[in-house]
Amino acid sequence: MTKPLPETPNNLARLIQGGTGRIRVVATRDYALPLDGFAQASSLGSNLGRFEGRSVVLSVRDMAKAAAALIDLDGCAGRILLCPPGWEPSRLESAARDADADALVYDDADAAPRIPVEFAAPCRLPLQPLYSPRAASRETEWILPTSGTSGPPKLVAHTLRTLMGAITDAPLQQWATFYDIRRYGGLQIFLRALSGKGSLNLGGEGESVGSLLARFGAVGVTHISGTPSHWRRVLMTGEGCRIDPDYVRLSGEIADDTILGGLRTMYPRARIEHAYASTEAGVVFAVDDSKAGFPASWLDGDGAVQMKVVDSALRVRSERCALRFLGPDARPLTDRDGFVDTGDIVERRGDRVYFVGRRGGVINVGGAKVHPEEVEAALNAQAAVRASRVFARKSPITGALVFADVVLRDQRVAHAESEREILAACRARLAPHMVPAGLRFVVDLPMTDGGKLPRHG
Amino acid sequence: MSLRATILDEIRTVAAEQRKVLAPLTDDLTLHDSGLDSLCFAILVARLEDLSGRDPFGLVQDARFPRTVGEFIALYDEALA
Repeated sequence: MTKPLPETPNNLARLIQGGTGRIRVVATRDYALPLDGFAQASSLGSNLGRFEGRSVVLSVRDMAKAAAALIDLDGCAGRILLCPPGWEPSRLESAARDADADALVYDDADAAPRIPVEFAAPCRLPLQPLYSPRAASRETEWILPTSGTSGPPKLVAHTLRTLMGAITDAPLQQWATFYDIRRYGGLQIFLRALSGKGSLNLGGEGESVGSLLARFGAVGVTHISGTPSHWRRVLMTGEGCRIDPDYVRLSGEIADDTILGGLRTMYPRARIEHAYASTEAGVVFAVDDSKAGFPASWLDGDGAVQMKVVDSALRVRSERCALRFLGPDARPLTDRDGFVDTGDIVERRGDRVYFVGRRGGVINVGGAKVHPEEVEAALNAQAAVRASRVFARKSPITGALVFADVVLRDQRVAHAESEREILAACRARLAPHMVPAGLRFVVDLPMTDGGKLPRHG
Repeated sequence: MSLRATILDEIRTVAAEQRKVLAPLTDDLTLHDSGLDSLCFAILVARLEDLSGRDPFGLVQDARFPRTVGEFIALYDEALA
């Protein structure tokens, strides 16, 4: 039985204090950040106090530095805007404006964004001595961009309280994640690791899955998280055997039976859980019975998280939801009853509820709606298919047609034959307009910086 | 294979895949009576575009939309001429 944390400290620097007798680090390929260092040192050195109460843009490249700056700024800054790596200057500029930013933390002076702020300072590792105590009384707002899988990201405001609502007291866990900690899914793992007793292992810039798995295996990672796309890539590389985790977590995309089954075979010892969360709605639930979807009875629950279905889309109300959207054109985050509309379309089949796709992601084939995710699930269910990505192609007759990129499990087989067999199996399972009009065989699928399959285009 | 044979071949393939009963293919057969529905035509046009590199439907106006199998083939003939 899990129990809530005895007391959620109001800032990260305090959260990581307390002698566990263990050396705890946040490690990337290039740095190992010791967590016990923050009692007397800071990644911002003597500049730390100058960020007090400010709205700070955090734009650094290395994730260990981002982790250090987050620990330093929480409880000190008024706001932290978490910028994922690779943001265009124009996007950064508009996000900084929407967050009323007046300060900047960067790590590389040459690549520091040129945005108008009153104060800017670099974040440096190793930590530098702190000569005056931390002022840690403020409830800092954490500003996160939404995943923007379809459409430009919006900014939402959280606090440590909303972000940590789903985190419970846990025994020793050595965490790793394929996510970037500046996105909601990765941030959850960052906070889980920090509130626990172990270390956290993260990816380096441009590091391959094989290299990541080798590092994670070498340090004996016990708990690990990523999107279904991350995990498909692990299965594709054949290097998944480098780790032997107790716990495998999937989130950020729909987990279908195929990927859950693949992970079950790869890690027979592990507890495999797929979590449903979003930047706006927070962590909603996690399912660990190795099946896609979730029990329909959860829809009627009146616990910490309440759910309802409106026009087939799931709405969520809980203390883990974000506080509001930011920016001049921000619409209200919740409906009149305090529910966040997730835009995730669900379908009830018997006593189970399944995610079928995103409201904005439907392909319209002559007036009939197709969720790409549903077609991908049908493709991925076939033994010959390792992974797939469904997309729309313009048609002068029906407006759009469904096509798919497919990664075969065995790359050596004849494509024409494979296409016939795969499409025949799809026809047995899907309505005619949902069956791909054609397949393209590819060796790999693209992935967004957030670890998801790109949608549109 | 000639363009005409390629098109007729693709029509038969799509019909078989979509389990449509195809009327005997003659130049006079109207597309409406061919047994293919609009999804079949959409797939056919996409496949022919992949084969020939052309989508004549992207160019034509509604008024010139082919009515018969013969007109359909002629449209591709023109586009590839």
